[in-house]
Amino acid sequence: MGKNNSVKSNGAAASGSGNLRSTVRYAFVASLPVMAGYLVLGTGFGVLLQAKGYNWLWAALMSVTIFAGSMQYVAVDLLSGGATLIAAALMTVLVNIRHLFYGLTMLEKYSDTGWRKPYLIFALTDETFSLVCSPELPENVDRKNYYFFLSLMNQCYWITGSILGAAAGAALSFNSAGIDFAMTALFVVIFVEQWEKTKQHLPAVAGVVITVVCRLLFGTESFLIPSMIGILAAMFLFQGKLNPVNEAVAADAHAQETRSPDDTWRSGHEAGNSGDKNETGKGGNER
Amino acid sequence: MIEPVHSLLLIAVIAGVTALIRFLPFLVFHKGTPKTVLYLGEVLPYAIMGMLVVYCLKDISITGSTHAIPEALAVTATALLHKWKHNTLLSILAGTVFYMVLVQLVF
Repeated sequence: MGKNNSVKSNGAAASGSGNLRSTVRYAFVASLPVMAGYLVLGTGFGVLLQAKGYNWLWAALMSVTIFAGSMQYVAVDLLSGGATLIAAALMTVLVNIRHLFYGLTMLEKYSDTGWRKPYLIFALTDETFSLVCSPELPENVDRKNYYFFLSLMNQCYWITGSILGAAAGAALSFNSAGIDFAMTALFVVIFVEQWEKTKQHLPAVAGVVITVVCRLLFGTESFLIPSMIGILAAMFLFQGKLNPVNEAVAADAHAQETRSPDDTWRSGHEAGNSGDKNETGKGGNER
Repeated sequence: MIEPVHSLLLIAVIAGVTALIRFLPFLVFHKGTPKTVLYLGEVLPYAIMGMLVVYCLKDISITGSTHAIPEALAVTATALLHKWKHNTLLSILAGTVFYMVLVQLVF
C-alpha cells in the first residue's frame, strides 16, 4: 500500500479505463466476507435493540445515520439506560477514536473522488477500511467507483441485517433473557483479537483494571466518565514507557506491508491501526 | 424504551460525533498529525475494549443470587472458543447461546 500503488491506480482512474459493470462486480465479490459479517452482526444489533422496545424503524434509522458496528451495540445500552447527551458524546469519541486513523490513511486515496468523497468518508468503517486500503485493482476496475460501490454495498448489508434482526425479534416470541450477552461476547472477541496482535498488554490491562476500580468506587450509574478520565490519564502516564514498543509495532507493520494486505475483514481493524501509523508517518514526511 | 425525543437526540449526538471523527482527518490533519493524537490512536483501542468488556458486565454482583457464575463461565467460554477457532461470528453466537441457556435453564 505504498506510494507506487496509489500512483499507479491514480493513473488508471485518470485514463478512465474502468468499466462500470466490472467495477460493480469486482466490488461485490470483494464485499462478500463483509456481507456475511454485517448480516449476522447487524441482525444481533437489531434483536438487541428490539428487545429494549425499539422497533425496526429505529434500527434502520441508526444504521443509516450512525453506521458504526461496535458503537451501535453500545448505543443500545445508552438508549435503554437513558444516558445523558454528554455521556453519549464522550462514549462515542472513545469508542470511535480509531476511525481518525482510517481517515488519515485514506487522505490521499480519497482526495480525488469528487462527489463520492463525503459518502466515502462517512461510510469508512473498520471492515470497509480493511478492503479499500488494499491497493491492487484490476485494469478494468475504476478505483473511485470501486470505493463508492463497496462502501454502499457494505452499508446496505448492515442496514438489512439490523432491520431483519429487529423484525425477527418482534415476530418470534422466544425467551430472549440473556441475549444482551451478544454485546459482551462481541467485545470479548475483539479484546482477544487485540490481545493476540500485540506484545504490549499494558493498555488493555489498564483499561480493565481502571474500569473495574471505578465501577466499585462510583457504582453502576456513574463509573464510566471517571473510567475514561482514568484511562486517558494512565495512557499519558505510560507514554514514555510505551513509545519504544509502538515503534517496534510500526516497524513490524511496515515489514508486513510487503505481503498482500488482504487481511480478513475481522483482523483488518488491528492491522489497519498499526499499518496506517506508518502511512501517515510517511505522508507527513513527504509534505 | 425511554422517551422518543431523548432517544432521537441521543442517536443524533452519536451519529454526529461518529461522523465528526471520520471527517476530522480530512478537514484538519492533512498538514500533519500531532504526535499525541497518533499515540492515543495507537494505545486507546486496547484500553477502550477492556473498558467496554467491563462496561457490559457492570450489573453483575458476586453477592447476588447467581454469584456472577453464568457471566464468568460465558466470558471464559467465548474467549477460549475464540482463541481456539478465531471465528468471530461463531464465538459470538455460541457464547450468547451458552449464556442464554445458563441464565434460562441452569441458574
